Amino acid sequence: MEDRVAERASNGAAAHPSGDERFGVLEKALKRTRYSQDQLIEILHVAQGVFGYLSEDVLIFIGRELRLPLSRVFGVATFYHLFTFEEPGEHGATVCTGTACFVKGADRIVDALAAEFRISSGETTEDGRFTLKTARCLGSCGLAPVVVIDGAVRGHLDADGVLEAVAEQMAADADDDAEDPTPDEADAVAAGAASEARL
Amino acid sequence: MAGPIDLYDVANAERDARAHFSRRAFVCTSTGCLSAGASAIKQTLADSVTGSDQEQSVQVVPTGCFGLCSRGPLVRVEARGKDPMLYEHVTADIAAEIAGEHLLEGREASADKLSLDLPFFTRQEKVVLSNAGHIDPDRIEDYVGQGGYRALQSAVETMTPEGVVKTIKRSGLRGRGGAGYPTGRKWEFLATAESDEKYVVANGDEGDPGAYMDRTIMETDPHRVLEGLSLAGYATGASQGYIYVRAEYPLAIERLERAIREAKRAKLLGRSVLGSDFRFDIEVRIGAGAFVCGEETALMASIQGERGTPTLRPPYPTERGLWGKPTMIQNVETLANVPMIMERGAEWFASLGTPESKGTKVFALTGSLNNTGLIEVPMGITLREIVEEMGGGIPGGRAFKAAQSGGPSGGCIPAEYLDTPVDYENLQQLGSMMGSGGLVVMDDTVSMPEVARFYMEFCRDESCGKCSPCRVGTVKMHAFLDRICEGVGRKRDLQHLESLCHTVRATSMCGLGQSAPNPVFSTLEHFRDEYLELLVPDETFGGSDARWTAEPERAAATTERGAR
Repeated sequence: MEDRVAERASNGAAAHPSGDERFGVLEKALKRTRYSQDQLIEILHVAQGVFGYLSEDVLIFIGRELRLPLSRVFGVATFYHLFTFEEPGEHGATVCTGTACFVKGADRIVDALAAEFRISSGETTEDGRFTLKTARCLGSCGLAPVVVIDGAVRGHLDADGVLEAVAEQMAADADDDAEDPTPDEADAVAAGAASEARL
Repeated sequence: MAGPIDLYDVANAERDARAHFSRRAFVCTSTGCLSAGASAIKQTLADSVTGSDQEQSVQVVPTGCFGLCSRGPLVRVEARGKDPMLYEHVTADIAAEIAGEHLLEGREASADKLSLDLPFFTRQEKVVLSNAGHIDPDRIEDYVGQGGYRALQSAVETMTPEGVVKTIKRSGLRGRGGAGYPTGRKWEFLATAESDEKYVVANGDEGDPGAYMDRTIMETDPHRVLEGLSLAGYATGASQGYIYVRAEYPLAIERLERAIREAKRAKLLGRSVLGSDFRFDIEVRIGAGAFVCGEETALMASIQGERGTPTLRPPYPTERGLWGKPTMIQNVETLANVPMIMERGAEWFASLGTPESKGTKVFALTGSLNNTGLIEVPMGITLREIVEEMGGGIPGGRAFKAAQSGGPSGGCIPAEYLDTPVDYENLQQLGSMMGSGGLVVMDDTVSMPEVARFYMEFCRDESCGKCSPCRVGTVKMHAFLDRICEGVGRKRDLQHLESLCHTVRATSMCGLGQSAPNPVFSTLEHFRDEYLELLVPDETFGGSDARWTAEPERAAATTERGAR
């Protein structure tokens, strides 16, 4: 293991041929966990934080770095619900469908969002603007029904309230976009670094 | 800090510092209140105090859960010589008012307040949550100031590991994760296992929908979990501990990791715990969304970075666990009980609760109730006391129909059993289980077959797929329930469902599959009529088109669904 860390260090950080600096963040996390194979799930979390989702390219990279067969990396990544393999939409709503939220009508919220955007749960609209997801209990049952809209937890909303909140969020972003039309990789790197700091 | 922390010095310093303040405001910063805007409230309070002439005498403390989440965000103000005040539904504006009037000028603000004499608060008995709402979870000094880590100190300095195991055995503590296995016996198994390396694991993979006891404990009092795990390590001869937490609980992960860093700095963890020969380290491992990882063998696979699929027991983890070494897995709440037992004695703990189920249990009280939130009650309290007195009854003038406990592995308890004392054995007899402590109250608008379908959908999605009874069975059971709920099921669907439930229970490999039929069994036992009402009578199928004429409304509904 020691050799491996030293070998990597001498190669420098630009480990991925694309030169995409997001791989540098991943590389740092790998180094911090000493290329330990049992930290695969942690590394996948970091990768998803940096890239937003796990592309085939990223999974292959992780497999090579950890010297794990691809079958193991794919097998683990696809086993856990939190990992996604498609690029998420610019905006997203995650509807909690835990018991308390179920009792308070979470299914009506899911139906309303699905009808509004013509997608079903787990899908992204064709224009890539919106992703609808459901979650199994976010543990904020006192606020039931709970919906997470672009990362912010919203409670006690009915279906109309959720639609309104989502529309507001998407409109607010349209204004931001006018000022900053190209959200670049730097944001993703910053987000990845933040998620790494957490881990 | 070079040497280990001096617990008494730190505690004294904390007490002196606190005595300095004439008024202290505690803001709940657990996930529930944070999502409702608690960080802005804390900021407003802190900003109003900073720079004012009262800066030296008023303190704003971010703290853990007060329990009554449905009335959040909550702020409690304590003033010297006066009864504490609890403000409910606080917003940033109300916070400004509280800061201006109560904190700075010492007169009560006119904002809405909750009485602390509510049964919701007075009926509680706090052991695990005794620090909740009183300490800042991010400061180790706060925990030490409440007497924290003294149990660990006295254990490593004055007790043998066997002595610690004996105390836990005598206390009668049982696992809080569901099954209620005697904790002391498990500790003894690991203590007597022979190996150069042993592991202890705190299970914080709280996957039951509607349950957030463990999350709250980890967020509110992370050091208590560390101390409990360290004591388990000392008693059993393990030198490495893991805390496995769901990735859905980022705040709990953040607070635990901070707590571990601080404990290491204070020499409460590391090569020489508090200057003794005891070596112990703790690492946080994060899940990635798989309910089955709450099962101990699946959890261990996940810690090792593998697919979280269970393996057959025996061998039990205490014989062959993580990396083939003896390992003990304990629920977070179980471990959080340990420091207090060591400090106050096994007899004190055994005096709480009922003869078979000692101590207290934390419940997440949710669903159709006026007061929802987190409660810690002595074992043996009746459901009626919990629902009617503490929960404040059902809103909107509806009637109580059932309480669901134990999540997807548990069952529903109908109104006629409301006076049953809550403990492991009683709940099991009613076809439910203690589970981890989620208690969802349902009113008379809820359809029980739909509840069963809801849980079966959960089990179907969460089945890991390793053994076929669970992988195929949950899909089939869900399909039968779906037919019944949608009004197109027949008598034979119900018969098939019941017989399949028995098969899956008897033949699945792990607890997930074995208990997946429980919600069906319990709703069938207490609410069979509701299923029967939904069935299409067999006579309907007598003639070729008889179904359409006999059941026009139901048939119309079916066609509409088909079109969708």
